[in-house]
Amino acid sequence: MEVFVQQLINGLTLGSIYGLIAIGYTMVFGILNMVNFAHSGVFMVSAFIALNALLLITTWFGVSSMVMALMIIMVISMVLSAVLNWTIERVAYRPLRKSFRLAPLISSIGMSIFLTNFVQVTQGQRNKSIPPLFHKQIILMDNGNYTVAVSYEQITIWVVTILLLGAFWFLVTKTSLGRAQRACEQDQKMASLVGVNVDRTISITFVIAAALAAVAGSMYLMYYGVVSFSDGFVPGIKAFTAAVLGGIGSLPGAVIGGLIIGLIETMWSAYFSIDYKDVAVFGVLAIVLIFLPQGILGRPDVEKV
Amino acid sequence: MALAPHDVLLRVEHLTMRFGGLVAIHDLSFEAKRGVITALIGPNGAGKTTVFNCITGFYKPSEGRIALLHGDPVLWNELDVVTARGQRSLRRPEGALFLLERMPDFLVTEKARVTRTFQNIRLFQGMSVLENLLVAQHNMLMNASGFTALGIFGAPSYARAQREAIERAVYWLEKINLLDRADDAAGELPYGAQRRLEVARAMCTDPVLLCLDEPAAGLNPRESADLNELLLSIKKDGITSILLIEHDMSVVMQISDHIVVLDHGIKIADGTPEAVRNDPNVIAAYLGVEEDEVQNVAAKVGL
Repeated sequence: MEVFVQQLINGLTLGSIYGLIAIGYTMVFGILNMVNFAHSGVFMVSAFIALNALLLITTWFGVSSMVMALMIIMVISMVLSAVLNWTIERVAYRPLRKSFRLAPLISSIGMSIFLTNFVQVTQGQRNKSIPPLFHKQIILMDNGNYTVAVSYEQITIWVVTILLLGAFWFLVTKTSLGRAQRACEQDQKMASLVGVNVDRTISITFVIAAALAAVAGSMYLMYYGVVSFSDGFVPGIKAFTAAVLGGIGSLPGAVIGGLIIGLIETMWSAYFSIDYKDVAVFGVLAIVLIFLPQGILGRPDVEKV
Repeated sequence: MALAPHDVLLRVEHLTMRFGGLVAIHDLSFEAKRGVITALIGPNGAGKTTVFNCITGFYKPSEGRIALLHGDPVLWNELDVVTARGQRSLRRPEGALFLLERMPDFLVTEKARVTRTFQNIRLFQGMSVLENLLVAQHNMLMNASGFTALGIFGAPSYARAQREAIERAVYWLEKINLLDRADDAAGELPYGAQRRLEVARAMCTDPVLLCLDEPAAGLNPRESADLNELLLSIKKDGITSILLIEHDMSVVMQISDHIVVLDHGIKIADGTPEAVRNDPNVIAAYLGVEEDEVQNVAAKVGL
């Protein structure tokens, strides 16, 4: 029981991070029908931006409050990652918009490799680490030989994720920008005919996707304390899996998919073998897709007449 | 601002559209006047939809000029100057002149205020009826909300703009009798209602020219009559002029003030419904004629 509760806590934390990244995949897929493989790279770069920002503000500017520092690095990381993703869309995808379908996909793989190697060259190959931001945890259960605890990092991740998802939900469902995004997702030509600037809407989508990934990246760094240039790949693929599992194109699906993947991973590690946790994640994906090819919340494809 | 009816609103001059070796439109010139319903008719494949695609920025015409005027007709005198300077538009306090063939499609809607519908229904199916009408007011809302940033913080200008947007949407929903279905998904409406919603959505972009591509296609006589009524009331409001492609002759003859007839990309007649109805070229194009008569017609139109 204690193990289960502890793994539930860990799984939800990991799942929140996957969910935030998965939203970026699913949003871009919804609007461009393209899997943006560079998204995992943006996530990794955002973690490095957060790392460097943290070193900068703690050593040079002497910010000592950890909550303050965390907020500052998140904002810096969100802004710079948004600029990065906006640029990626501008140079690597927009010129290929009218090209054949696979062109932007290949371009995104290229971008992903570029980002990984760029960070490898500029930041070095070794893991970079930061000291833990909080040393505290709350003990929920203690039966003598096993304690169930929630760390302050985990609580931060949940709170930030919930706040961010709330803001994001408001943006997509209630604002004119969100309506324009959904309109572009359904019919770009028609959206531009009712006066929506489709190119700009797509750019904003990339900016939002990057901002969410940057929050995930900062929290990943804070949670694990280390980051390396190759860290984009596996979390990125798992977040993509989460988006597919939840039903690609569906925003709540991405979050649910992220939580499920996070839970499977931690539960499997606890009860079976930690070496096979990735096998378990992708095995479940395969099984779900056999029985629910659209994912959990995906809409079946309706052919346009 | 002189908004007298029957000024020329849209001027299509020597429009030619070639797709590879195929000439879809050949040297087409016509005018659409403000405050009236102009119909573009012709047999299948005559190039009517291609004309629409050129006007609304879908296609770049191979040759020719498509100009639209807001405001004072005096500005038409500037048309050649604007063309020669290579500008997209001319803005003056008394009005504005737009060269539509030089503008990308979203600017044709946003700046020149020309909008269109398609032969097939292209509503945003997954969005609600109300949202379909709000998307059409996107630019106004975006400006009012300072590109969303102010909107999130609840700036009063945005709240007012949003209220106005909803009021305008409700006005049109009442007009097309869909107020009680405002929150339903647009894709779930019956066919006739979807057609009317498309017209309402187009009207929510606040156009000066509304281009309708076969709005009555597939409607039963009752729905078709409802649509006529809607179009006539838009005309009566006097803000939006209509350019209409239609196969249903009962619709065309009943509501249009001016008819342009195309056949094989060439204009074969241009005038009032009565004049067009009795035009031998039109009758020939619609009913088919003997070979020698075709040559006579071809000679008349200068082929």
